[in-house]
Amino acid sequence: MGPSVRSRPRIKFSTVLLTLLALAVGAIVIIGAGLTITKGRYSLDVWEGFIISGLALGAVYALIAIGYTLVYGILFMINFAHGEVFMAGAFTAVFAAQALADEGLVASNPVLAFSIVLVISMVTSMIVAVLLERLAYRRLRNAPRLVPLITAIGASLVLQYTFRGLYGAGVKAYPTFPIFAGTFDILGVKIAVARAVVMVASVVLMLALYLFVERTRTGRAMRAVSESKDVAAMMGIDVDRVIVFTFAIGGLLAGAAGILYTLIFNQVSYSMGFFPGIKAFTAAVLGGIGNIVGAMLGGLALGLLEAVAPYLVLDGYGIPSANQLKDVIAFSVLVLVLIYRPTGFLGRKENT
Amino acid sequence: MIPFVRRAVLIGLVAGLVVAHLSLVGLVVKLDDRDLITRLISLGVMIPIITAFAAGYIAAGPRRDPETIEPSAATAVLSGAVGGLFTGLLVAAMTWLIDTVNVHGVLVNASPKLVTTLHLGLDPLPGSLALVFGAAGLGVLGAAIRVLPAAIRRGVLTGLVAVSGLALMQTFVGQILTGLGLKAVNTFLYARDGMNIAGAIVAVVAFAIAGWAWADRRDDVRQRFRSLGTAQKTSVRLVWLAIAVAILLTPPLYAGSFLSQALDLIGIYILLGLGLNIVVGFAGLLDLGYVAFYAVGAYATAVLTSPASPFFAPHINFWIAVPLVMAITALIGLTIGAPVLRLRGDYLAIVTLGFGEIARIIFLSDWMTPYVGGAQGILQIPPPQIFGIDLRQPERLYYPILAACVIAAIAAISLARSRVGRAWTAMREDESVAEASGVNTTKYKLLAFSLGATFGGLAGALYAVRIGSVFPQDLNIIVSINALALIILGGIGSIPGVVVGAIVLVGLPEVLREFSEYRLLIYGIVLVAMMLLRPEGLLPNRSRRAELHKGEGEGEEGWDEAVWEREAGAETPEPLIT
Repeated sequence: MGPSVRSRPRIKFSTVLLTLLALAVGAIVIIGAGLTITKGRYSLDVWEGFIISGLALGAVYALIAIGYTLVYGILFMINFAHGEVFMAGAFTAVFAAQALADEGLVASNPVLAFSIVLVISMVTSMIVAVLLERLAYRRLRNAPRLVPLITAIGASLVLQYTFRGLYGAGVKAYPTFPIFAGTFDILGVKIAVARAVVMVASVVLMLALYLFVERTRTGRAMRAVSESKDVAAMMGIDVDRVIVFTFAIGGLLAGAAGILYTLIFNQVSYSMGFFPGIKAFTAAVLGGIGNIVGAMLGGLALGLLEAVAPYLVLDGYGIPSANQLKDVIAFSVLVLVLIYRPTGFLGRKENT
Repeated sequence: MIPFVRRAVLIGLVAGLVVAHLSLVGLVVKLDDRDLITRLISLGVMIPIITAFAAGYIAAGPRRDPETIEPSAATAVLSGAVGGLFTGLLVAAMTWLIDTVNVHGVLVNASPKLVTTLHLGLDPLPGSLALVFGAAGLGVLGAAIRVLPAAIRRGVLTGLVAVSGLALMQTFVGQILTGLGLKAVNTFLYARDGMNIAGAIVAVVAFAIAGWAWADRRDDVRQRFRSLGTAQKTSVRLVWLAIAVAILLTPPLYAGSFLSQALDLIGIYILLGLGLNIVVGFAGLLDLGYVAFYAVGAYATAVLTSPASPFFAPHINFWIAVPLVMAITALIGLTIGAPVLRLRGDYLAIVTLGFGEIARIIFLSDWMTPYVGGAQGILQIPPPQIFGIDLRQPERLYYPILAACVIAAIAAISLARSRVGRAWTAMREDESVAEASGVNTTKYKLLAFSLGATFGGLAGALYAVRIGSVFPQDLNIIVSINALALIILGGIGSIPGVVVGAIVLVGLPEVLREFSEYRLLIYGIVLVAMMLLRPEGLLPNRSRRAELHKGEGEGEEGWDEAVWEREAGAETPEPLIT
């Protein structure tokens, strides 16, 4: 702000508009929630169910979001094709899962079978992510910002339709793992085993990642490169290698997320990556892009919002089939966070 | 010589992987149904042919190490042969694998039919030999083209490209020839399925001679035009303008219903492209939710004009509705734009993508069904009328669409040249500098966004009357991607580029139905390839090109590391003491 000529402080039109928008959104949410609660259409059990499924889905978003956040932290680019990396693993591993089910291994040794499927999915996603970096993004490292983004959109289409061409356009189903069927109770809350597995597995993976980034040499190199590529290079860090590593880790986690996602939804297809990809990006922004813990929190928060908000906020106004609008809620969260708090919960100051 | 051959091996393997990819996604087999030259060469077989040829052509090119080294003629031909050979070897290895290991259960397109197609219909052993040596031969041809003198090279390439175009566009060219009363030419050139061999040969020779003659005389012709007086120059230009107008006005007379439909769709996408070009190309704001305005335009038209609109049906005339629709979309552009335009480029892209999806989901939801029809959409949109003539038929609807395109193009060109256009350029190149020199960036961003929205709304209105109904399912992100891909192919910020992009990316898939399944794969490849190899597009806008190639010697290259290093190098301060 330069020295102002006028003495009266100028109130900018856009500030007024933004404040009004914020008040309107706040009012809509509060009134909607009030109406739903006073109507009392859903019992406590139902709400518990919404929260559990929201947290499970949120854990999956969190795993994908880490891929966005790691890449953004180092390259300042939105890897739009990351949703396709997630799809590639789950869509490829379905063949292994079906073959193992035919061989009877899923029934006789479910843990081994699940591990094999998980590893195949993780490795496939990792290969796709690394190839993406090597073939498409590496040459664009210093290009104007929109160039890598447009490339990533193109790469996303190429991956989607390549996998559609390779494996067919139809939806494929994962065999059911009998050990993950059923429910159990914790403190009076009924939880489906599959959802619990999803949550526990995500937490374990995220912890492993956190320790990797904080405690190992490569992790330290990654943090150094995200501070400054030039200085890191001067300290003898091989920046290219660190970037490949970053994409590889993002891919591994996305591959794991793919399998966990199938535990919830069971089905895979070439187009399954688009929405989870954008949601996970939203989660990364919500938590503060570039921040790993932020991505985890953002994922859980978004999953929870998506599961609860349609019923809590929209149902109160008597909107029919409010669940259809859950994607609208996710996108609105993205828009609102970017407008009001682009650094998210835990984001650091942007160094553009 | 050895480095050239080593590079040729690498190029060959990459080319082989390209063929393997396109084979395994099913494109080769799918396009094999379409004959280019009747019972001789199918479009599917053209994929390995062109790739091996291109591998030879590239392998025979100069090498940058880091100085440019031109190969000798012998080295060039040898490199071409090696490039083609390795392309063939990799593809042959793939066919052998498909034959020995049964992977059909996983890779749906790794079928015996693929193997026979790639083996040119021969048995496995002679087939693979034909594949390998054919590819090597094509590599030699590709290299040979490089070695020829420039005028002859231009002639040969013109002939080959023209005849491929003629064969590809059989329905199109055939329809036009018949429409013009040249049925005899049509039956000479084309069989029922593909070109006649005699027709193809005559066409290659004719176009090759024409291409050679033009390459030979081009400079003379230009020289003579330059030496003309002003009055004469104007008259020459007027003749060209008259020819252009005649070409633009007449297609409905001979093109028939099917082609007119394609032309109408191209026109609508030209409008979309022109609008998105204002936002992305002029103002430098990447809008991935452009479909939202198109959808709003289509729905507003439907609600205003259709008697079947479920909630509010004023049933007004199309020509009164159009300005209303454009005003509505401009207003929505302003409302959406005001809060989001403060965001930085890549965030803006994702937020607009979100808006596009929000629009589609809301139009589709049960919540909005009583107002806009939900998944059933809105039907019975009446066609526009002029002097009581219904413009329902695609041949007639062509004229309002053409008029809209011409007006929009003129508007876009004059905007680009105006004060506003210069403000956009300044803003796009460096926002803070523009702001410091007194450009109100928020105002100009909003202006670009709402102008783009208006064009999108107009395109949506024409789309609604073209189909006669609107459905939310058709108004998805693919429309946005399509518009983005066409302006990127043509050249960001370039108006002729929009037209070329729309013809290639929207027109070709309409005429070549075989591609429809692979349309988005091809869009993706176009986006990635253009960004990596030629970010300024096919018909670049001059200032945009300069922005994208700052500090580069002559252009033509992509974001090569060397280029960026050079740029970084240029920034180091000059020593003060000289």
